[in-house]
Amino acid sequence: MRQKISEYIIESAIKLSGFVIIGFVILIFLFLLKDALSLFGTYSAGKFLFGTNWLPISEPPKFGMIPLLLGSIYVTFGAILICVPLGVATALFIAEVAPRSIKQILKSLVEILASIPSVVLGFIGIIWLGPFLKTTFGLTTGMCGLTGSLLLAFMALPTIISISEDALVSVPRTFKEAAYGLGATKWQTMWRVMLPAASSGIIAGVMLGIGRVIGETMVVLMVTGNAPVMPTSILQPLRTLTATIAGEMGETVSGSEHYYALFTVGLVLFIITFMINFGADLSLRKARQ
Amino acid sequence: MIVPLFLAGCDGDTDPNGPNGFIQIKGSDTIVNAEQMVAENFIKIYPHIAIAVTGGGTGVGIASLINKNCQIAGASREMKSKEINTANKYGVHPFETVVAFDGVAVIVNLNNPIDKLTIDDLHNIYTGKIKNWKDLGGKDIAFVLLSREVSSGTHTYFKEQVIQLGKKTSKEEFLPGTLLLSSSQAIVEEVVSNEGAIGYLGMGYVSGRTKSLMLDKGKGYFSPTVPNVISKQYPLSRPLYFYTDGDPNNLTKLFVDYALSEQGQQCFKSSGFVPLKDNATENK
Repeated sequence: MRQKISEYIIESAIKLSGFVIIGFVILIFLFLLKDALSLFGTYSAGKFLFGTNWLPISEPPKFGMIPLLLGSIYVTFGAILICVPLGVATALFIAEVAPRSIKQILKSLVEILASIPSVVLGFIGIIWLGPFLKTTFGLTTGMCGLTGSLLLAFMALPTIISISEDALVSVPRTFKEAAYGLGATKWQTMWRVMLPAASSGIIAGVMLGIGRVIGETMVVLMVTGNAPVMPTSILQPLRTLTATIAGEMGETVSGSEHYYALFTVGLVLFIITFMINFGADLSLRKARQ
Repeated sequence: MIVPLFLAGCDGDTDPNGPNGFIQIKGSDTIVNAEQMVAENFIKIYPHIAIAVTGGGTGVGIASLINKNCQIAGASREMKSKEINTANKYGVHPFETVVAFDGVAVIVNLNNPIDKLTIDDLHNIYTGKIKNWKDLGGKDIAFVLLSREVSSGTHTYFKEQVIQLGKKTSKEEFLPGTLLLSSSQAIVEEVVSNEGAIGYLGMGYVSGRTKSLMLDKGKGYFSPTVPNVISKQYPLSRPLYFYTDGDPNNLTKLFVDYALSEQGQQCFKSSGFVPLKDNATENK
């Protein structure tokens, strides 16, 4: 009897915390939505969504989101190009090729990589990586999209590596044995059998990594130069959605147009990351089946 | 970038009946280091008062004052009439105290042969009318324009005085390609490593690692030095302010008075700013 009661209490406590979390997410979303949509009472939605000038303290202010959105897309896309091949290859190496001793060392190194605070990476970007890229590529300044992409790729790598590695390890042994039995080489097995079999998990890892990249703030605020310009190349300074919120939120008076505009930028960011995480979730679910 | 600092006196052998409480100071990154020094000396005298000093930019300080998140807002520009209206609507009545003077230094890389510019040159550079140092007789390197974020009072001051040349009706803006950096130190680092860079910041951040240009606004070229700022001959000279809600009272009065006292002014001086000349109270 007593056991039944305690079980009931524990069960409801767990249920309650689950509901509380869901409640929080919904409340955050509603809060964001309310303040974000308040912008459109005084500022036209068309000008916000398609405007190409972000001039928040001018008279009259202009809140055109396009340069910020493109800035985020450029930096994120650059980071994906770097971290996806590198991450998946590392996962393959850890899961399939590396001897046991190296495997353990590599796994803990990846975890250490995950624990580097983003502000430290930002410092490295300002002091070393930026000037290095400037001289290497003959750029006008090292504060550009590429510097941000490289550092963000570093930040996304641990997520991609550990989830992809998990996916590869959980591919049934029989797949591999069958491939070897048919005379496939190690490389053929990895490329044609293991990767496709683990693809859903790998895609989920990649998407979570992208989610991290697009939401990261400190690094991009520090190294991308934050110029609110329509970017034409990843080698020029640009400004992202996150850096705009972080750079300007402190100076806005709550209830002002600028304040609402930043919330609207936040809503756009929320929708993007929500879609990416949703995609990752779908693919993880597919992987489990 | 935000540099929070929390100071509290902890000497046991002081008068326990002295004034006690908490003061939050927020605002201009230009004077945050000087405020910090004033605060450190202040709590030696009043160990029961805790002071938190945070930067973030003048805009941040003014917004915090209006949102009632701080008692004193440090500012490197005057409050705009629009901001004062907003403040009044929130029941806050900003009171201005000039605490020191500053010159906005324009800095370039040490290898840059250019030593002086007119305000019009500077205007043309920052609005994109000229693109390359060779147009001014320098090396064939494109300008890399550095600025602080829009939350910075120095950004606003520079925009009014250089981009719009002091004309209220002007609609000119910084060239969109201008890099908006999150701290004065980031500007210094970029100028040190980049020969094409040009940036501006408060005198307190000037060091031997960069070169400060002489500027001319029709009265000859002047360097951003203490005498030139005192005489207002340096074209980009400006006051630095503390804003409080209403007249400073109790704790804030104690602190503002200390900042205006000889010891307080000494802190501004050693941080690279220009102290108020004679008796501080006459300058308001």
